[in-house]
Amino acid sequence: MSQPLLEARDLTKNYGTVEALRGASFTAYPGEVVSLIGDNGAGKSTLVKCLSGVEQPTSGTLFFDGEPLVLDSPNSARDLGIETVFQDLAVAPDLDPAANMFLGREILKPGVLGLLGVLDKKAMRRQAAEHFTRFGATLQSIDVPIAALSGGQRQSVAVARSVAWASKLVFMDEPTAALGVVQRERVLEVIKRVRDEGIAVVLISHNMPEVLSVSDRVEVLRLGRRVARFKASDTSVEELVGAMTGALTQEDAA
Amino acid sequence: MTTDEKTTLSTLPDEQRTPLLKRLTGANTLWIGLVLLVLVATFGAIRPDAIFQVTTLQFLLAETAVLLVLSVGMTFVIITSGIDLSVGSVLVFASVSSAMAMNAVSGGDATNAGWGVIAFGLLVAVVSGAVWGLLNGLLISRAKIPPLIVTLGSFGAAQGAALLLNNGSNVSGIPDKLNRTFGSGTYLGIPNIVIVAAVVTALGALLLSTTRFGRYTYAVGSNEEAARRVGISVRGHLTKVYLLAGTLAGLAGFMGNAFFRVAVVTGHETDNLNAIAAVVLGGTSIFGGMGSVLGTVFGVFIPAVLEKGLVIIGVKEFWQPIAVAIVLVAAVWLDQTRRRARNQR
Ligand SMILES: Nc1ncnc2c1ncn2[C@@H]1O[C@H](COP(=O)(O)OP(=O)(O)OP(=O)(O)O)[C@@H](O)[C@H]1O
Ligand SMILES: [Mg+2]
Repeated sequence: MSQPLLEARDLTKNYGTVEALRGASFTAYPGEVVSLIGDNGAGKSTLVKCLSGVEQPTSGTLFFDGEPLVLDSPNSARDLGIETVFQDLAVAPDLDPAANMFLGREILKPGVLGLLGVLDKKAMRRQAAEHFTRFGATLQSIDVPIAALSGGQRQSVAVARSVAWASKLVFMDEPTAALGVVQRERVLEVIKRVRDEGIAVVLISHNMPEVLSVSDRVEVLRLGRRVARFKASDTSVEELVGAMTGALTQEDAA
Repeated sequence: MTTDEKTTLSTLPDEQRTPLLKRLTGANTLWIGLVLLVLVATFGAIRPDAIFQVTTLQFLLAETAVLLVLSVGMTFVIITSGIDLSVGSVLVFASVSSAMAMNAVSGGDATNAGWGVIAFGLLVAVVSGAVWGLLNGLLISRAKIPPLIVTLGSFGAAQGAALLLNNGSNVSGIPDKLNRTFGSGTYLGIPNIVIVAAVVTALGALLLSTTRFGRYTYAVGSNEEAARRVGISVRGHLTKVYLLAGTLAGLAGFMGNAFFRVAVVTGHETDNLNAIAAVVLGGTSIFGGMGSVLGTVFGVFIPAVLEKGLVIIGVKEFWQPIAVAIVLVAAVWLDQTRRRARNQR
């Protein structure tokens, strides 16, 4: 196989006495969809946070394009083209969808006004609207606070935001959890479309048929450790569930 | 393609913005503005001769100008879901140190000093306010001490320091020039001090509503963790917001010197509460993430108009704080019920 785009080796993460990760490894190859699955509390979200610079692992190493990497802030991940849909979405509920999409990347007015930090709200609204349309976020209105949207709409906004900016890799921590049938299909479409543009997608989901339908590979996390890796085309729901519950282990996975 | 009952963005014309009228009526600001208007109209109907007297209005405005400047800074702080209890003490500190500095460079009495000394006094006031603000900001953002505690500390410390500076007495010797122009001077009938406050307020409103600084202020107050995850320097931003509040308190101290012709060390103990009340009355959420400077302007004038109005129509002025309290609690209650309804979705 080609060189991994992002690789984590033996990550541990302790929150006080809680060991959220106990030597977890993870690999994502360029342009693939890889699912990260595991039971509740297996450490999936913690791993994603460590890989997007939000949390610093207690120990372990990261590699990006084969080079050792330290992610000391969310910005260093973003600079590498890594975007994340967090499980808790991490949106500002009082800001509207366009403001959320451009949060931290505001477009400023040209000229002197821009130097003074004046926002070009119109441009941001227009681009955001285009973008939401393209990525199937269904919103009645683009200038209401996010808090006034439904849970699923909020999730769509978070997904649209991440794929808008990613150039290498997108983490999606349960992006379809609150979605209706139509929106769920759209997100899966988006995932495939993003993959076809050569951007790797890491999908976290508890929905096994969804995982098998969209992924190229699957990695399984159990009790803070990687316990199995599969090619999606030659595994089954039974096998995945077996790996998640510990009924089945792979020797070489960790 | 599946058809949805909802309209997708692409099918909506012209950025599908909510109509202006709906946006306005949905905002607290409009209602607070109406409350103010009703108050003025009511008092005006009862005693038109007294309320619409030029001197009454001038005095009302001038007195409110200092509080308005404090409240503009407080608006930013509260939108970040913080609080600043120190503004009144910082005002006193800035006012005392500025007056003493002007006296010091004029050989002990600055009464006849010129513009150079006045400019120096302004600088001292603004810088000393800024230093307190910076201290607040660093303790809150770096040491992670809650704003309530940090600013409760500086509330006491700045007041104490101001008293130490001049042994607990007021400082006189404010330049006549300063008082004649900015203190009692008027332009087209508007007190100059009010014009200064209006300019500061307008700049504050623009900063909050049109710039990236303002947007980050809302973002940090709305969801600090989300702001951090999109790479906003939350610590840096909080520091700047408290710095702004301190700087404006310094400026307010200088304005007070110009208006009262003396740097007073007492009488500002409840400025912090008045500013907080004004901001919250104006529809800024005490929970952060929401609010406006325009609302704060209305919020500053409601207690002031109540006070003047009640006096003029002959109601005991002791009713004023009670009336303000009722409006204040109602405003917060309204905000909270709205939030709860929203967060349940
Ligand atoms: N900030 C934190 N402080 C303390 N413990 C934490 C923290 N974050 C995660 N944990 C613990 O780490 C473990 C792994 O949590 P994590 O959220 O990564 O699980 P997950 O695999 O994403 O689960 P789920 O499928 O429910 O989302 C849990 O036991 C959790 O209690
Ligand atoms: Mg999780």
